[in-house]
Amino acid sequence: MATATEQWVLVEMVQALYEAPAYHLILEGILILWIIRLLFSKTYKLQERSDLTVKEKEELIEEWQPEPLVPPVPKDHPALNYNIVSGPPSHKIVVNGKECINFASFNFLGLLDNPRVKAAALASLKKYGVGTCGPRGFYGTFDVHLDLEDRLAKFMKTEEAIIYSYGFATIASAIPAYSKRGDIVFVDRAACFAIQKGLQASRSDIKLFKHNDMADLERLLKEQEIEDQKNPRKARVTRRFIVVEGLYMNTGTICPLPELVKLKYKYKARIFLEESLSFGVLGEHGGGVTEHYGINIDDIDLISANMENALASIGGFCCGRSFVIDHQRLSGQGYCFSASLPPLLAAAAIEALNIMEENPGIFAVLKEKCRQIHKALQGISGLKVVGESLSPAFHLQLEESTGSREQDVRLLQEIVDQCMNRSIALTQARYLEKEEKCLPPPSIRVVVTVEQTAEELERAASTIKEVAQAVLL
Amino acid sequence: MRPGPGGCCCRRTVRANGCVANGEVRNGYVRTSAAAAAAASQIHHVTQNGGLYKRPFNEAFEETPMLVAVLTYVGYGVLTLFGYLRDFLRHWRIEKCHHATEREEQKDFVSLYQDFENFYTRNLYMRIRDNWNRPICSVPGARVDIMERQSYDYNWSFKYTGNIIKGVINMGSYNYLGFARNTGSCQEAAAKILEEYGVGVCSTRQEIGNLDKHEELEELVARFLGVEAAMAYGMGFATNSMNIPALVGKGCLILSDELNHASLVLGARLSGATIRIFKHNNMQSLEKLLKDAIVYGQPRTRRPWKKILILVEGIYSMEGSIVRLPEVIALKKKYKAYLYLDEAHSIGALGPTGRGVVDYFGLDPEDVDVMMGTFTKSFGASGGYIGGKKELIDYLRTHSHSAVYATSLSPPVVEQIITSMKCIMGQDGTSLGKECVQQLAENTRYFRRRLKEMGFIIYGNEDSPVVPLMLYMPAKIGAFGREMLKRNIGVVVVGFPATPIIESRARFCLSAAHTKEILDTALKEIDEVGDLLQLKYSRHRLVPLLDRPFDETTYEETED
Repeated sequence: MATATEQWVLVEMVQALYEAPAYHLILEGILILWIIRLLFSKTYKLQERSDLTVKEKEELIEEWQPEPLVPPVPKDHPALNYNIVSGPPSHKIVVNGKECINFASFNFLGLLDNPRVKAAALASLKKYGVGTCGPRGFYGTFDVHLDLEDRLAKFMKTEEAIIYSYGFATIASAIPAYSKRGDIVFVDRAACFAIQKGLQASRSDIKLFKHNDMADLERLLKEQEIEDQKNPRKARVTRRFIVVEGLYMNTGTICPLPELVKLKYKYKARIFLEESLSFGVLGEHGGGVTEHYGINIDDIDLISANMENALASIGGFCCGRSFVIDHQRLSGQGYCFSASLPPLLAAAAIEALNIMEENPGIFAVLKEKCRQIHKALQGISGLKVVGESLSPAFHLQLEESTGSREQDVRLLQEIVDQCMNRSIALTQARYLEKEEKCLPPPSIRVVVTVEQTAEELERAASTIKEVAQAVLL
Repeated sequence: MRPGPGGCCCRRTVRANGCVANGEVRNGYVRTSAAAAAAASQIHHVTQNGGLYKRPFNEAFEETPMLVAVLTYVGYGVLTLFGYLRDFLRHWRIEKCHHATEREEQKDFVSLYQDFENFYTRNLYMRIRDNWNRPICSVPGARVDIMERQSYDYNWSFKYTGNIIKGVINMGSYNYLGFARNTGSCQEAAAKILEEYGVGVCSTRQEIGNLDKHEELEELVARFLGVEAAMAYGMGFATNSMNIPALVGKGCLILSDELNHASLVLGARLSGATIRIFKHNNMQSLEKLLKDAIVYGQPRTRRPWKKILILVEGIYSMEGSIVRLPEVIALKKKYKAYLYLDEAHSIGALGPTGRGVVDYFGLDPEDVDVMMGTFTKSFGASGGYIGGKKELIDYLRTHSHSAVYATSLSPPVVEQIITSMKCIMGQDGTSLGKECVQQLAENTRYFRRRLKEMGFIIYGNEDSPVVPLMLYMPAKIGAFGREMLKRNIGVVVVGFPATPIIESRARFCLSAAHTKEILDTALKEIDEVGDLLQLKYSRHRLVPLLDRPFDETTYEETED
């Protein structure tokens, strides 16, 4: 039965074919061919349709006008014309031809023109010449470098130290050596620019907490803990770091290290500590902020500092346990790919360490001087002192901003210039305004060194006071 | 290595007409000599009178022999297998564990390193670690004193025996012009400044660390380079990484050579600009990227790029190649891009007057927008510089990260640079500098020619004082370094990750301080060690290329 019906349908179809008009058949034929063509033609692409001809491309190339490589700099840009210092930038400094007392260079211990340091550097110069002509890996390791690393490790009472040839590159290379994409770094808002660059290079997730606010840090750590509980598998491979400074370059304040260490163990985050200002300053023997608080240095995973402030040389170092530090010898970019520190600078740093070890009283003297000028500078109308009284570098900010940063900077510069005229060399703290993550307000940075006498400190304070009154009122 | 972008390489056959060209296929892509490139390249319409090059440009990269490549991979395979085995043994405490471990108190922290990160270090690098970081205790001159060290625990730690290996021929330091000295005018001048100024500065350029010496140096550098102005920085690495971000940012494009130094790569990354990589010294690849960048604009938004910056080096320190600067400049002009030239290795070491790669090709320094270089190598000091138009330097003075946040150059180091630079310029009243430059060029040609004759595979340009000798196999890295030291010659050996995995090599850096006698001694020993370790891989396939057509991969879709 079924087959009979099917046959009938077939017959009917064939008959319909016969009966159909020719134009109909032709049309259907064309349609079929069209379908086949569509089936076998290349897939339809938007790009292909907008393909540019060679001529069009050439026109585009012809038309394109790039921006200039750099925008023009206005002639009166505050940072364009540098002060010119003739002669050594030591206690007495000649700025733009005028001799001043130096309250601007980070020469805390007055080692910059110390004859012993100079003699050690000179001896090294006569033995090794100036440059090293190679990175540490390729015949750029000198015996002086090994000595210096040894001495620094001993001085800081850590297992190992590693030296870099540039202070800025130290922490900026150390952070990305450990913290990678996907890791989390908790960092203080006031962290200095070198830390910011290190974090940027690491490509890790960055969580900023309010300056020295442990409650805020704990809040972030807690948030992260909750996040981690949701995804324990990810949490097992996500490293957590807390990056802080001992004494903050941008604020002159000290970090609350004991609380940080507590949080470290509570939330299992490693601490990286930048001690460029506090090394050779804080603590009874200049050991930095760990010594100041009496904290076991092994509780801090990595300490980094430069040798350009208290040690008055060039370069920087990291120290800590070998388990941590040794990794940088292959992974610290600024260590591996850069020429090593000129031996004469390493020799100067060694001699500076000798002097520090022989005169531990020097740190108390520095602290006393800090306290003195700090006290003397209180109560200037229009200017406020920002920073700890034990910090040898602190800031003078406008009590009330004029509303425009430019105007503030101009006012402060006026104070600096007039102080300079009265033989007190000061400088504003300079920042790249567009690059800073949290731009600090404009300020004058005052630096205390052991070479400044009580009278000089007094004189500086009264000069600043008078000038500020004249400028601001 | 990989096929060209978009996979749209059409293969064309080019005849190198009448010139000795020894371009050869290496890892699937081609490097050619200038003659062939000029014939093949798409920019022939800017060439006049037969070429952009005023002198022959001979650069060779002989193909890795197939057998050697296979054996090298096998070598790494065996090493990896044994690595796993030993890690297993260490895990079960069968083998003693030498490496430092985490503190007990912090065992429950997320581990600081991923295990595989250190696999290579632990199991491969550690075996031959004695070839690096060899401490020296003398001037890094033509001969150097090395502190002898010994390891009793398979290189996990070293003990100094107290002996000093004296007078080792130094083929490793970047002392191109021989200014690494502890006597003579440079040292005397530096000593004088040291006594006057001390060593530190304790402040940044913008604050109160701008010494008269720095200004003097910058003025001299500008004159030396033939540019309007220059600025000097405390570290060569940081010169790149801290200044590129000041020049480009979001919405800008960086075109970077695949073999650029880590500092350029870091600077490019920190800038926030989009980065695209072109094949090493390959002008077709660069032109294709330039053309596409302008035609298609930024990805997604299709906005035009704000500016395009090309990053190249003068001499590539691992390859020994010299940048094809005339072609790069022609391209840069045609496409209105900016050019950043890193002359870390070439300044002082190339060119008839030692002014670097611009001088070598006889070009105008004005055509290079950013002239960067270091003082570490040829000048025997440390630090870096950037030279260019006054507007550029003014901008950097106000916006360079280095100028604002980093301590300025140490005065005695500055003085070393000033004296050595004046010497090269002949301003010290002697022809010493000029002789050094000539001596280096002669040494380079001689040393390279002899090594090639011996049958080694030597990479790079015949005028480049950086001479890589191919070792390939991982075991030969260690063996070569040790055998050479045994023969009182200090060489640099490099392997992965500094080079591609199968292209381990030894690298010689020539110096004007090398005498003919020193070079001959070194060559004799290299020859001997080469036989011992069977390093003479070269098959001397220097077939006259007149009638040998060879393939060239291009990245052009259309012929114009």
